[in-house]
Amino acid sequence: MWWDAFDILLQANFWAATIRIATPLIFGVLGALICERAGVLNLGIEGIFVAGAMAGWLAVYLGLSLWGGVVVAALVGAAFGLIHGTLTVPLGLSQHVTGIGVTLLATSAAYFGYRVAFPNVATPPRIEPFPTLDVPLLRDLPFIGPIAGQQTAFTVLAFLCVAVVAFVLARTPLGLSLRAVGDNPEAVEAQGLSVVGLRIGAVMAGSALMALGGAFLTLSAFNAFYFGMINGRGWVCIALTVFASWRPGKALLGALLFGALDAYQLRIQTIAGGMVPSQIFLMLPYLFSIAALVLVARRADYPRALMKPYFKGQR
Amino acid sequence: MIRFVPRERTPVWLSLAVSIGAGCAALLLTMIPLALSGAPVFSAFALMAEGAAGSGFALAETLTRATPLIFTGLAAAVAFRAKLWNIGAEGQLYAGALAAVAIGAGAITAPPYLLVPLVLIGAAAAGAMLLLLPVLFKTRFGADEVVVTLLMNFVVLLFVQMMLEGPMKDEMALGWPQSAPLVDEATLPKLFEGLRLHSGLILALACAVGLHVFITRTVWGFRIRAVGENARAARYAGLPVGLSMALVGAISGGLAGLAGASEVAGLKGYLTADLSPGFGYAGIVVATLANLSPLGVVPAAIFVAGVFVGADSMSRAIGVSNYLADLVVSFALLCVLVGGLVTRFRIVYVRRSAA
Amino acid sequence: MHPDPRPLVLSLAGITKRFGPLVANDAIDLDVRAGEIVALLGENGAGKTTLMSILFGHYVADEGEVFVAGADGRLAPLPGGSAEAALQAGIGMVHQHFALAENLTGLENILLGTMPLWKLSLGRRAARARIEALMVESGLQADIDTPVGRLSVGEQQRIEILKALYRNVRVLILDEPTAVLTPQEADGLFATVRRLAEKGLAVIFISHKLHEVLALCERVVVLRGGAKVADRPTAGADRAMLAELMIGRAIPARERVPGAPGAAVLRLAGVYVGRPGERDRLEHAGLEVRSGEIVGIAGVSGNGQGALAALVAGLAAARAGRVEIAGEAVTGADPLARLRAGVGRIPEDRHRDGTIGGLTIAENYVLETIGAPENQRGGLVRRAEIRARASAAIKAYDVRCPGPDAAIRSLSGGNMQKVVLARVLERAPKLVLAHQPTRGLDIGATTDVHRRLLAARARGAGVLLISEDLDELFALSDRIAVIHAGHLSAAMPTDGLDVRTVGLMMAGHGLEDAA
Repeated sequence: MWWDAFDILLQANFWAATIRIATPLIFGVLGALICERAGVLNLGIEGIFVAGAMAGWLAVYLGLSLWGGVVVAALVGAAFGLIHGTLTVPLGLSQHVTGIGVTLLATSAAYFGYRVAFPNVATPPRIEPFPTLDVPLLRDLPFIGPIAGQQTAFTVLAFLCVAVVAFVLARTPLGLSLRAVGDNPEAVEAQGLSVVGLRIGAVMAGSALMALGGAFLTLSAFNAFYFGMINGRGWVCIALTVFASWRPGKALLGALLFGALDAYQLRIQTIAGGMVPSQIFLMLPYLFSIAALVLVARRADYPRALMKPYFKGQR
Repeated sequence: MIRFVPRERTPVWLSLAVSIGAGCAALLLTMIPLALSGAPVFSAFALMAEGAAGSGFALAETLTRATPLIFTGLAAAVAFRAKLWNIGAEGQLYAGALAAVAIGAGAITAPPYLLVPLVLIGAAAAGAMLLLLPVLFKTRFGADEVVVTLLMNFVVLLFVQMMLEGPMKDEMALGWPQSAPLVDEATLPKLFEGLRLHSGLILALACAVGLHVFITRTVWGFRIRAVGENARAARYAGLPVGLSMALVGAISGGLAGLAGASEVAGLKGYLTADLSPGFGYAGIVVATLANLSPLGVVPAAIFVAGVFVGADSMSRAIGVSNYLADLVVSFALLCVLVGGLVTRFRIVYVRRSAA
Repeated sequence: MHPDPRPLVLSLAGITKRFGPLVANDAIDLDVRAGEIVALLGENGAGKTTLMSILFGHYVADEGEVFVAGADGRLAPLPGGSAEAALQAGIGMVHQHFALAENLTGLENILLGTMPLWKLSLGRRAARARIEALMVESGLQADIDTPVGRLSVGEQQRIEILKALYRNVRVLILDEPTAVLTPQEADGLFATVRRLAEKGLAVIFISHKLHEVLALCERVVVLRGGAKVADRPTAGADRAMLAELMIGRAIPARERVPGAPGAAVLRLAGVYVGRPGERDRLEHAGLEVRSGEIVGIAGVSGNGQGALAALVAGLAAARAGRVEIAGEAVTGADPLARLRAGVGRIPEDRHRDGTIGGLTIAENYVLETIGAPENQRGGLVRRAEIRARASAAIKAYDVRCPGPDAAIRSLSGGNMQKVVLARVLERAPKLVLAHQPTRGLDIGATTDVHRRLLAARARGAGVLLISEDLDELFALSDRIAVIHAGHLSAAMPTDGLDVRTVGLMMAGHGLEDAA
């Protein structure tokens, strides 16, 4: 049995699942990271995941291409980001409560919209999801080939996003301004940049990424929209963002670690099945997130202006 | 240019007007998706109102639904006042319900005047314990309690499912994952013959009044308000910040736990994993609508309950999804947040143009 | 007098700004020429900050207009309400509280906002070369590769100035730049400013320190109550005359009356607070404050004053060494125990530590004593009792407010400080910790605070006065100790003590070795 538990780690299937589970979290953590680097906590993430999953899927169901669905999801996410940004940045409302409100609104809007579109369906309607990649040469590699062969272009997009976000934050004037506005908005204002514009822009961009995380589930991992399919993934991303110290590279690492843990618990369930209730395994990812948060919280390098509203001309 | 000037005092009528105005604005905003869905807007609202308060029976249903919301609303109100962002009322509710079943489903035999208080105390203690952990993480390790309490909701629900499929499973329930029923001595009496309204409502109202007195009149209430407003200054002044936070956590978690006990012991009689349709999260809306005032929680809870009950009834009549209720409630939350600016600040228009 | 040949670079014409009934700026004219160093003098609330905020677009003037010289030297109106426009027009400002992002390096802070957001590169290499050239040219040396939060205050200020120079400013506004510097560092800054002015930069120097104005500037503009009351060359002006212009009446030079020291109420011996790496720490500190005397602590902020105040206030514990208050040894970090031991604490930041904004004046008044029998009975707050005593304190301390039930947040800084003083002094403390007790207050409120501290001394309290204002320290203290990088000097009698000596010690001369 111990050998079985270890053997899981050698299976290409396991690593393929790890990446699949991690992909929506990569989007989510990147999104949360962008918002928080600019100084805004976005607890709307859970609802934006739901809305992105539903909107992207519905767009494809109604005849748009898969990439069209991705764009729709991003736009819907950005729209909810605009709501959150408007309420928390120029109006300076509580980021906690507003975020919960956005989550409730986005979730109920998605559910209501789904029910309007499909008043009486017994089984959820399906779409044709993203196909798995078939890259010559890559597919012939031992071990790597089967892992890569189970992924879709959507996952590639997630990895690309990590690189782009990392580059923008570290190397461009836009990224510099975003980091500055989350550190000291007065410095940004004094240099003639718009605090409100930068922060709302960051929240919108971050929310668009969060929505892509949701859309991955309905357009790539599965092929339909289910109620309750997000199931706390958004909140997990908020915890992983702290774990990642607001760095894109570490965000990728954290998401993969979480994905591996989740994939592992699913597999170990079948080995240990019967001896331990399945719920114990299902709890593990959540407990892991809590533990990660508690362990790094003291050392975490919080953006200094996180959750501090800024009003122009007030010092 | 608009400037916000802090108010010295907020008149009571203004707070009330803002809450009511926000409710109305939420209904107006909901008309947009409702109209887009092609439903008859005005008759839908009329049916909702009728379903929520159109008859004695409807009113009793609304009050029944309001009962757990008062508890979770109070739980959120007291925590948010102290800037303890407890988003875990949902989990604490289930912990309370689980404790209520553990005590009241035959484990202890006692007359009602002993067993009912025991069930309630056990439930409150379970809820309190569940929140004390994140409070400890916050004060000891600086871990953000929002994420911890949120994630614990999922853990608790899984734990409940595990108990309902395992040790606490009712063997008579034909395979359904539900607990054994509470014994008669452990149940909260009904208030009226033939209605589901139960004495949990009385308990909820008593908690609201008690919490109001506690916060405004007692030394510990003073400390909690001080810590919530400015923990640094409170620490500087020698107030027991950690203890105040722990007390807030115990009260908040305890109230949420009572919500679970009230539902199990007053309404359902047994525990299932779908006991709460999000009462814990709705409590946040209720508390915000009430401007975090314990007495305000009561009407706010009745409003939110009315929206849910009315939407259910409307949905049965004309087939518009009852997720409409969630839309109304989330709009109401955002509207009251914006409205809150009016109560905290005077909004002054400053002429922008230079001469 | 013949006209000044240097071209005008900035001209404010008839600037008026009202906040409700308050006229913050009343038809102010101000002309600045290239290469000129102009002082803008006035006490807190005179309208200096408002005027500069209008220039920088934080506020929009109700009347009047700002003109700035363009590249061709012709004056053109500056659009209001835009910081961007002011920067574009070549106006730069170094705020009293630096506008720096502390987690970013100096280079990043300087580059912030200087290029279009959508460019794909920061162009660090070219920027670095330019900044290094600027450093050579201006004599401002700073580390631009370390997060600025880890730099000293003086270095942060140099980065602020470099930030302005990088943008090719033609007008540089310095807002109270010496408040955070030692006298010697201030001299260094003045040399730099003169050098920049010689190259044609116009400088507006905002201050309320008269000797600095006289030493540095060639012209002084005095504001009082929102209006311009003087605009004249500094040649031929003296301190008494400027003070009278600034305050509106002659201020009597106050004689320092010596105290009558008794037994020690605070004694530190070999005390360590904080980790060795921190700048704000105490290293082997020894100090004695006796009843009936005021001991002043001089130093540039962030050199251990915070650690000393935290220790006395009960927020921090000594890592090693012995601390005695009123003859009793104290250990641990326990604000309540310090209160019980007879320490009254006036914190540095009354908004952050001293008051709770959302609570009422009465509630703030009893904040430290809510558990005492006079404020509660059986766990219930005695509200009528508290209101009555708060009302009496409001009268005794002349707090201008609507009543004891008003939220304290709505009070002005001076009135807020009066509530804090009432809370602290009404309990007749044996030791008073006064940490920057007059920061941000106008002359009236400052005088009031000084009077109260002297009265506490007369009553027999020992006062530990921590201040960055050397004038205040020399006016009030019986003895003065200097703190630098965690090292505390012996306390020296104020009589016969020289400001230059204190200044040198604030820069660390002769202190590290003493420890």
